[in-house]
This record gives sequence, C-alpha cells and structure tokens, in this order.
Amino acid sequence: MFPLRSLILCVCVLLAGCGERAWNDPYPGDPRVANTLYTSFRDPPKHLDPARSYAANEWIFISQIYEPPLQYHYLKRPHQLMPALSASMPTVRPLSASGYEVWGDVKPAQTVYEIRIPKGVRYQPHPAFADNGSVDDLLDPARLLAQPDRELIAEDLVYQIKRLAHPALASPIYGLMSEYITGLGAYRDTLEAAWAKQGRAGWLDLRQFPLAGAEVVDRYTLRIHIDGSYPQFIYWLATPFFAPIPWEADRFYARPGMAERNLSLDTHPIGSGPYLLLESDPNRRITLARNPNWHGETYPVAGPPDLLADAGKALPFIDRAVYTLEKESIPYWGKFLQGWYDHSGISSDSFDSAVAIGASGDVQVTEAMQAKGIKLQTETESSIFYLGFNWLDPVVGGDAESARLLRRALAIAVDYEEFIAIFRNGRGIAAQGPLAPGIAGYREGEAGINPMTHEWVDGHPQRRALAEARELLAQAGYADGVDPLTGKPLLLYLDAAASSGPDSKAMLDWWRKQIAKLGLRLVVRDTDYNRFQDKMRKGQAQLFQWGWNADYPDPENFLFLFYGPNGKAAHGGENAANYANPEFDALFERMKDLPNGDDRQAVIDRMVGILREDVPWLFGFHPVEFRLNHAWLYNVKPNLIARNTLKYQRVDAEARAAATGAWNRPVLWPLSGLLIGLLVLVAPGWWALRQRERRVGVEEA
Amino acid sequence: MGAYLIRRLLYAIPILIGVNLLTFALFFLVNSPDDMARAHLGNKRVTAEAVEAWKRERGYNRPLLYNAGRDGIERVTDTLFFTKSIRLFVFDFGQADSGRAIADDIRQRAPPSLALAVPTFVIGLLLNVTLALGIVLFRASVLDWLGQIGLVALMSVSSLFYIIAGQYLFGKLMRLAPISGYVDGWEAWRFLVLPIAVGVIAGIGAGVRWYRSLFLEEIGKDYVRTARAKGLGEAQVLVGHVLRNALIPILTGAVVLLPLLFLGSLIMESFFGIPGLGSYTIEGIQAQDFAIVRAMVFLGAVLYILGLLLTDIAYTLVDPRVRL
Amino acid sequence: MSGASAWQLAPLWTDYLLWLLVLAVALTIAYVRRQPHLRAPWRQVGRSGTGMVAALVLMAYVGIGLLDSVHLTSDRGAVVSVLDLCLSDLRDRTETTYSAPLATHSASLESMTDKDGNTVRAAPRLRYGGAHLGAPAQQRNADLRDRALLGIAKAVALWLAIAVVMLIWRRRLGSDGFPMRRVLGTLLVMALMIGVLREWADGYHVFGTDKVGQDVLYLSLKSVRTGLMIGLLTTLVMLPLAMVLGIAAGYFRGWVDDLIQYLYTTLSSIPSVLLIAAAVLMMQVTMSNHPEWFDSLESRADLRLLFLCVILGVTSWTGLCRLLRAETLKLREADYVEAARAAGVGPLRILSRHIAPNVMHIVLIQVTLDFSALVLAEAVLSYVGVGVDPSTPSWGNMINAARLELAREPVVWWSLSAAFAFMFTLVLAANLFADQVREAFDPRRRA
Repeated sequence: MFPLRSLILCVCVLLAGCGERAWNDPYPGDPRVANTLYTSFRDPPKHLDPARSYAANEWIFISQIYEPPLQYHYLKRPHQLMPALSASMPTVRPLSASGYEVWGDVKPAQTVYEIRIPKGVRYQPHPAFADNGSVDDLLDPARLLAQPDRELIAEDLVYQIKRLAHPALASPIYGLMSEYITGLGAYRDTLEAAWAKQGRAGWLDLRQFPLAGAEVVDRYTLRIHIDGSYPQFIYWLATPFFAPIPWEADRFYARPGMAERNLSLDTHPIGSGPYLLLESDPNRRITLARNPNWHGETYPVAGPPDLLADAGKALPFIDRAVYTLEKESIPYWGKFLQGWYDHSGISSDSFDSAVAIGASGDVQVTEAMQAKGIKLQTETESSIFYLGFNWLDPVVGGDAESARLLRRALAIAVDYEEFIAIFRNGRGIAAQGPLAPGIAGYREGEAGINPMTHEWVDGHPQRRALAEARELLAQAGYADGVDPLTGKPLLLYLDAAASSGPDSKAMLDWWRKQIAKLGLRLVVRDTDYNRFQDKMRKGQAQLFQWGWNADYPDPENFLFLFYGPNGKAAHGGENAANYANPEFDALFERMKDLPNGDDRQAVIDRMVGILREDVPWLFGFHPVEFRLNHAWLYNVKPNLIARNTLKYQRVDAEARAAATGAWNRPVLWPLSGLLIGLLVLVAPGWWALRQRERRVGVEEA
Repeated sequence: MGAYLIRRLLYAIPILIGVNLLTFALFFLVNSPDDMARAHLGNKRVTAEAVEAWKRERGYNRPLLYNAGRDGIERVTDTLFFTKSIRLFVFDFGQADSGRAIADDIRQRAPPSLALAVPTFVIGLLLNVTLALGIVLFRASVLDWLGQIGLVALMSVSSLFYIIAGQYLFGKLMRLAPISGYVDGWEAWRFLVLPIAVGVIAGIGAGVRWYRSLFLEEIGKDYVRTARAKGLGEAQVLVGHVLRNALIPILTGAVVLLPLLFLGSLIMESFFGIPGLGSYTIEGIQAQDFAIVRAMVFLGAVLYILGLLLTDIAYTLVDPRVRL
Repeated sequence: MSGASAWQLAPLWTDYLLWLLVLAVALTIAYVRRQPHLRAPWRQVGRSGTGMVAALVLMAYVGIGLLDSVHLTSDRGAVVSVLDLCLSDLRDRTETTYSAPLATHSASLESMTDKDGNTVRAAPRLRYGGAHLGAPAQQRNADLRDRALLGIAKAVALWLAIAVVMLIWRRRLGSDGFPMRRVLGTLLVMALMIGVLREWADGYHVFGTDKVGQDVLYLSLKSVRTGLMIGLLTTLVMLPLAMVLGIAAGYFRGWVDDLIQYLYTTLSSIPSVLLIAAAVLMMQVTMSNHPEWFDSLESRADLRLLFLCVILGVTSWTGLCRLLRAETLKLREADYVEAARAAGVGPLRILSRHIAPNVMHIVLIQVTLDFSALVLAEAVLSYVGVGVDPSTPSWGNMINAARLELAREPVVWWSLSAAFAFMFTLVLAANLFADQVREAFDPRRRA
C-alpha cells in the first residue's frame, strides 16, 4: 500500500501549492485582483486591418484600437453621431460643377466634407515609429509600451482612404466607395500599375500618388470630395474604414520576414484609440491594454439614469481586456456561470436558465441568476433575417398574379413567431417590414403591422389564420398544394447556407413543417456558404434564407436591398432577390436624398407598402441581443451599430475576486467515493490472488 | 544498416509524391479558387473584382497543371500544382487562405499539442500495461471475465461521450479544473489534467485488451514454463519474464505512433480549447481552408513515414537477424 | 395523410445495397452449412452464451434496420419506410419543443395568460405526452404503473409462447450445446422492455422530445438504420477491394505486389480523418452542383449516406489488405498450393479454390471488428462536420446536438442518453460477438 500513500501525499503537496486561487481559475498567470475585463471571442479575427476588416468579430477589437473621425453616442437611441477623433462634426458643402455652393432642390455636382482634427493627438507607442524598431519591440509587451510615437495629422486620414484602393488589400468597401469618392476608381488603376511595376510585393508609398477625392488642406484639416451627393457617407466616417493609419505602419510591416511570422496590420494594429493591442494570438487569446497616449474623453452626461453613475468621469476605466478564444458553447456558458467571463451573450439554449419573462411581459433574469447578481441588457439589432424569393424564378418569382398569391400564402403560413420561440427563445421580434426598429422610417404599433400577414388583436400583432393562406393558395391555382401540371404536391426548393452546426437539422425540419402546412413539399438544399453565395450570384436559387446587418442606422441601408439596379444576378449588387419594380426604384431614388422627416416617412411608407404587396421576401425577424453581466461590471449598454464600447465599461475587481473565490470551491467527495470504489474492486482481486498463490504453492509442493 | 535506411528513405519519396497528387486532385476538384475567394471574403459587398484580387494575391489565378501563357520552365512552375503542392516538399507551406503564414502557425501550435499528446500517450501506455498485467494475473477467473466485459463496455462508448461527460462532471459540477483553455509554461498543467485524464480513460478499453492478448501469447511460450518450474511466484513470472519479453512488441508498436503525436488529438483539442495542431486541422476543415488541410495532410504523411522508419530501426536494433 | 392512398415500393439506393448484402449473407450461410470445416467454428460461436446473447441483440437491431429499409411512396409523394408506418404514432406526435422523458409538460417555459388574465411564464401541457390525463400531477405515476403492468403481462404472455415453440423445436432437433437458458433469458428481458416501452409510448414520449418536438425514441430507432448502413455498406465496399488487391499482391508478388503496396502505403499514410474530410467535402460540392440527381430530400440524404459509405470503404481497406497479403504470402508456399500449381491448375482457380477460402477467417474477424469502429466513427465525423446529412437521423447527429443541449439549464440530457444507450448496446453486442467469432476462428487461439 505504500505507493498509494505517497500518491496521496503528492496530491496534497500539489494542492497546498495552489494557495488561495481556485483550482479551475483559467487565468493562473494574472493577479487575482486586477482592473481587467475578461471576455471571450468565438471566431478568430482574420483581419484587424481597418481597410479590410468587415466582420463583427473583428470590429470588437479594432473599434477599441482605431478611432475614426466620428462615433455614435453611447447612450442615446435612436443612434446619434458625434465627434470622436475629429474636433467637431464635419462641415458638408454641396457644390455645383463650377464649384459654387448650391441649395434647395438643385442636384449638386459634388459634395465636400471638411474634417478638422485637434492638435496634439498622438498614436500609440509602436516600433514602426522608431528608426530601427525590431520584432521583439513589438512582441514583448513591456518593450512595446516603451516605443516612440508620433503626432496624428490629417495626412494619415487621407493615407487610409488611399489604402482602400490598394490592390493588395482588396478592401470590401472599395467597390462602393469608388462610386462616390472622386477619382478613387482611377486611383486604383494608378496603384495597380505601380504595384505591378514593383513586383506586387514590398511597400508602396501611397503618399507619392495624389488622390483627387481626398485632399489635405493643412496639417490638421482634410477635405473629402464626393461625386454628386451621398448623404449616407457621413455614417461611413464612423466606421474603422476611415480611421487614420500612419504610413510608417505599412513600411514597417513590409519588411522582409514579417509576413512569415504573421506580423502585419491584420494581427498587430497601430491605432490612436483608447486601447492598444498588447498581445495578439488569434488562436488563443488577445489582450488589449490602455493606450497611454489617447487624447481622452469623458463619460456621457445624457442618457438613461441608471447608466449615469459615472457621468463626466474620464474614460477609459478598464486597464486591460483579455479576450479568450472559446469555440464550444458548453465551456463558454460554464465559465460564465463560474464567473470567469464578465459578460456573456446568451445562446438560445441557456436562455431558460437565465431569463424569465415577468408577469407583465418584462424580461428579467431568473431568481437563480439574480442570486448571483447577474444583470440583463437587451437591444434590438439593426438586422433582419429573411426568406427571399428569387424574382427570376418562374414558379415563385416575378410579377405574375399566381406567383404573388403563392408568396402571400407562404407569408402567412411561415410562422416566424414560432421560429423565434423555438430557435431564439424569444430573442427576436417578428418583422413587419424590412426596416429594423430604431431606424428612421420604422413604424411602431398598429400603424407598423403588415396587413398582408398580421392583424391587430388586443394590442398585439397576430398572424393571420392558416385558412386565409390556403384560400390564397387556391386562388394561385394550387388547391391543397397540388400542382395542376403534375398532379403532385408542388415542390419548392430552399437554398440555405446551413452550417454543420448542432441546430441545423432541427431548423431544416422546422422549415419543412411550415411549408407542409399548406400541402406543399420543400426540398432543402443546404450547401456550404460559398456555394450558396455562388448560387445567389448566378440567381439560381428559388427560396433562400439570408440576413442583412445594417452598416449604419439609415433606412437607405435596408431599402437598397430591393433597388432594381442593385440586382445581384444582373449587377452583382446586394439585391439578392433580384427584385425589380420601377415604381419602387423611383421612390428609392427620391428617398435616398431626403432628410429624415415627414416627407421621407411618407415615401418610405409607400415603399414598404409596395414590398408588402409584392412579397419579394418573407420578412423574418429582427434579432434581439440579450447580454448578461455579472454584478461587478458596470456601464454596459449593448450597441450593435458601434462597437467601441470598451472604454465606457468599468469593473469592480475586488467584488469579482470575492465572488469567483466563493463560487469555485472544488467538490471533492466524489473523488474519495471513486477511490473507495476502486479499493472495493481491487481488494477481492488481491484476496483471490493470495488464495491462488497459496494453492499453486500447495500443488507444486 | 546505413544502406538499408537510405533505401527506406528513398522509398518514402514516391509515397509523398502520391500523397501530394492525391490531395491536390481532391482539393482542386472540390473547390475552384473562386469558391475559396468568396468563402474568405466574408458576407457583404463581395464583387467579382474583389474575388479576382483575392485570387491574385493568394496566387490562385494560375492554371492547374500547365501554363501555356509562359515560356520555358515557367510553363510548369507557374502553375497551381507546382506552387501549391510541390513546394510542400521543402516544407514551404506558404500562406493559409485566411492570409496567415502556415509554418508560423504550426510552430506556435506544436508545443500545446505535444503537451497534451505526450503525457496522454505515456500515462496511457503505463496504465494500460499495468492493468493488462493485472487482468492476466487473474486470467481464467471471474475477475478476468468481469474485466473483459468491462473493457468491451469501455470500448463501446463513443469518444465524444467521454469528453462531454468528463467536461461536465469534473469541470462544471466538481470544479476541479478549468473547463477549457490553455496558457503557456508550467501553469499549463491545470488545463491539461482534465483532457489527459479523459484521453487516458477513453483509451483504456482498446489498449488493455491489446496488451492482454499480447501477454497471453507470451505466457504460452516455453520460457514461462521454465520460469515457473524454477518456483517463481506468478507475479514475479509476469513482471520479470513475460513483461520483459513483451516489451519488444510494446515498444515497437509505440514507436510508430510517436511522430503522429505531433498532430495532436483532433476532437480533444477543439473541445478543451487547446490551441494545438489538432484543433488547427479541425478549424481548417470547418472553414474549408484548404491550404491548411493540405499542409496538415502532407505533414501527417511525412510523420507517418517517419514512424514506419523508426519502427524499422527499432526492429533492427532489437532483433539483429533483421539487420540487412 | 389520407388512408386511401395506394402505397408503392420506392426503394432508395442504400435499400438495394442492404438487401443485396442480406442476400449475400443468406447465400454464404447456405454454403457454410454444406462445408463441415466451416460449420465447426460457427457451431462453437453458437454454443457460447455471450455470443448468442450478442447475436440476438444484433438481430433485433438488424430487424429494425431492415424494416426501415423498405421504402414506400404514396400518391401524395411522401417517401416513408415500413418502420415509419409501424411507428406512425410516434412520428406524427410532435410537440413544439423539448420535453423530458415521460413528461406531461414542456421543458421550456412559455408566456401565457392565466385564469385572471395575467401573463405568467409556465411550462405548457404537451399536445400528446400524457394528454389523456385530467390531472397529470396526481395521475401520472399511477397511469405509468398501470401501463407498465399491462406491458409486462403482455410481454410475459408473448415470451411464454416463444419459449414453448423453442423448447419443442429443441426437443425435436436436439440441442447440441445451444445455450437455451441464456437465450430465453435475453428474450424475456427484451420482451419486457419492448412491452413496457410500447405501452408507455402509447401515451407519453418515453425518451422525451427534441428541439423541434420530435420523439427521441423515434429518432433513436430511425438512427439504427444509419448506424447499420455505415457499418455494413462500408464493408461491402471495402471487402472486394481489400480481398482482390490483398490476395493478388501476396500471390503474384513482383510488380503487382509493389504497385499494390505502394497504393496502400500512400493511402494509409494520410491521416484517415483528413482523407475522409477531403473526400466528403468534394462529394458535397459535387452534389450541390448536380441537384438534378435527386428528386426528393430522402434520396438526397440517401445518396449522401451512400457516398459516405463508399468514401469510408475506400479509405479503410488498407488494413485488411495488408493482413491478407501477409497471409497469402504464407499460403502460397503451402504444400497443397504447390501441388496444385505443379498439376498445372491456373492461378485464378488456385486463388478462388485454395487461397480465398483459407483467408476467410481473417476477413471475418476483421469485418466484425471494423463494424463497431465504424459505428463509433460516424459520431466523430458528424462532429467534424463531414458526417451524414444533417437531416438524416443518426446517433452522431444526436450527440452533436447534445453539445448545445448540455449547456441548457435545466440540462437536456435525454437525447444524449438515448443516443448513447442505443449506440452503446449495438457496439457492445457487436464487440462481444466479434470476440466470440475471433475465439472460434483464430487458429492461434484455438491452439
């Protein structure tokens, strides 16, 4: 028995070595009490370069690191723009072709945005600014903070606009911006020639090539020229695409050996925002730390009273933010409950345990969560998930009356309220039209319901009865769902970019059930996402499931999804349904340039009305984001248009250390149970062996 | 010996070429470069021009096998096959489709993989051999029979279930170890305890049965009878003679696996959030990043062949008659 | 579904292959019965208690799988299997979402209006589970007990009938060491389980329901076919490859041997998961490029299953091939082969008459061992995302879904447990059976 005893001794020694720290503390290297935010990310970011990054999982990082000219107010809803880097809101001047300012209904030939930045703003420390900064200066956190910096000037903003056209960067918004920013298309050709000449490698100094649409007025002022007018451009100035980049960054990362070590702006940004990237391992964890050079800002003084405790105080509050890669939902949720993550989005499957709908329909966390001090925040996303009909399809698409009736029947039959209940646990609202709540032009209440699919009953929208859908289907010529041509149920094809995710089977089953309610049959063709995109591009789908996430809070960003000239199959635009309606297109062109107000609302109402009658989409739902925060995290307000929220948040590290310590005492008795069980098993064996040895001994003797 | 090894090494070359051809055929039949471009450009505002640019920057705009637009040797070298597959031979893995350098990622991810795989392997080997000896000790008794049934039962459980159950019990309910994650350095042991335990337990069923049959085979041999005749106790016979003689097949069987430990464990790593090569491969498959999968296939083949080579060497060292 | 509709056979591709396999097995059995030297080891398997119990369990699974492999179509265009028709109650009684085993209320809360018009959050009654009960809280346990007793009574009656028939049969034919008592015992346990399950399933969801409210028992039973297909069809693909190539390599030597060795070393040097993943990805692309190959969802999922089996077969023949090559190398030096060659017998005849029958034991042992490994592999492949179609019921898909279910609270444990129980039983039976086969056929063990 001696080895067992020494084993127990060993274990005890090891445990003693653990000290105060919980056994399951996933941050063994960090001090127990530190002004640090712990959170997670699910998908490793591919691009942190603000010219290329166009995904939410990347913007949660770079929005803290880069600072574009504008930002959205943290607390106000509907969203409101305010200056971030720029000293004030940019001045906008519509000009005629001869350069004079124009007013009223006159179509301007160009629009000029003038942005002024304050003096003395500095970049984060970075070896790119040193004469011969080394890789170690970049990778060693202590050395990184000791690196030089430099002042931010207007030319850096121009430099980044030029980068949007860089052939090697393939910026996702280059296509869009080249339609608006004066000379950006031609600039691409210039760069392409120069890039090819230097062998498509190395550093292309964009400062040598002037861009007509982005002009440096003085050290702290720049002007951006837009062809014609594009009122929505101002929203783009609040995205990382227009954040300043120092030319030294490109020079630094173009050095030989950098790419081989995965060092580039995609992994190690150089920004001027409140945080800088301290450690970057997208496969493991990403650490941000307070940027010592940030120009500073104060917490907003207007907003909901419960979020104003820190009003007027200097930002940021948190020193460090640790993002850990967490791909599986079981560990993710488990760690949140144990207190190792400060906040959590809720996956649908943990919802019941976390949230209860109160007697009056208000949402609150359950008692078990309240006991832990967990708080809930909700916000409707500016997104829509929908089922599109391909306008080019002979059965479901186009202007024919039978196809329209079929679509309208489906619009009633597909019960998105049930979808939300099952797959999103109520975290969504059924869409009555394309516009998400909080967007100008969205109508609330009875005025906002879709009369084709819903009725207003007892102060709530209620889906119309299935009988009405059957009636419409019969009018369309498919009585009981039977296709008169074949005598069999009409077959419909749904293209879905189904992941192999655990939920996808259930979701496909649900879709079949919906269509079967009308007696139709649905064949789901789930493909991987790029096949799906390819199909969409060629206009080969019949029904398809997709979503849209707004870039900025303006109705134009939703309604352009139906604009004929944006047709995906014909023009490669974002109108995936290939919907085309001349009346709608004309209204869209008017609406685009109108300022928010009654005029615009009237046009939008008409446009939404047309869409409801034509049904190019089944308006699915607008997701609602629920976020749970532990009691020690303050000033949290989900914001899905802007992601630069880290600087406003505050943690109470003492409270967290106390809570995680109390919640994570190891449970040991099952282990001793296991040990006893093993002994019970081994003991008779031991005894049997002794018996046999004795017997063998006897036999041999 | 030297000549023999060189011959074996030379034999590896056509195999690697075969592996390369096979994976090349599979991957470029699967996905046209256009598909890859779209998959990696994201969801919004993907224009045909952006796709072209992506292909150009990644070098996917070349013809598959023969470039008629070039002169001389470039007709063959400036092709997808040459640039994407042949270069693997000099371990030039190039860029992943996501834009990262694969060689660097492999360097970063090999240590965590080894930190998980090597202890699992070693502890598993020791435990399985010990248990097998124990069961052989009680052979032809009720205990043996029970043990057999237990082992078959252990073998019949899906490895996914071991992981899910282990994580749930020890991580979530008992809070003995972090549920997932990894840090560098010595503190890593906290994160490794749970996956190693799960890995060892999952391997018991098949492992113990294998060693048990190995020992039973040895026990039938003459020298065991001689040893018993000398009056040695059963336990002494087993440890002193049977185990010592069985060590040769045990070790040669283990050697072939050693290089493959580099690749890590596919599902174990991704469940426990260990940033090793196994989870790298899974992510590559799930993101359809074929550059990664191609590199890992090649690396796997190289390691496998290395394993065979090591086995050969081990045999020649152990048994001089094999020496050629 | 209208009762009057006419049913027609509508076999899927895998149905054909499975029945082909059944035919092949039947022919083999007929052949073996006439060969005394082959009959002897089988008789040994037949005499072992463990082997027969395992065989019985396997037969139950195969029975379910075969029932599920006769597909019918009605004029309404739906394709269903005979099993679906037998279980049409289970299939049609779908709830909205999760409910626990034998529950009367949903497992997820819903907002609803109570008597006083207040909105409360409570678990709604299920549409079918325990719907016949007026006051479920008080009546459920008694109802379950009554049903269980009824089920037990029916089961015992059925079992007695079977036992009498078997005993008579034994009296007439002689027993020859057939472990009658154990077989009857197993039958009793199975009858009791089926009896109780049947009675309960009539009014409840015995294993609960899944996310979209489908009965988990139904899904688990449907998954049997998928598991069997993966195990059996793969064998069907792999066997000819491994046998032809392995025997040819061992017998002909020379360049044939070199070529075949090169082939299998190359294939086996690629980590198998990667090879399978690559091939499956290719298959998915091909299938999405040719939507005209299949007219319904069933045939699409079926084709994917078939391709998966083919891919698994093509990637897994190397192990058996290597064994066969080694054995053939030994056999070709055997006296009777030498004699046949000296007598001028052609190589084809030597191979089919003298070599092939004498390597059959290796094939048999390997195949029974591979079967359980394949069933287990299906789950892992589903996790990696290269398994069967997500719409095909399979244990792998169920376990995969359980990743999310275990993160719920209260934990949804029943899908995982059901999948685990069904899979474990099958694999355990297969493993135990394989052990007995090896025991009986392996010449080294017989010694």
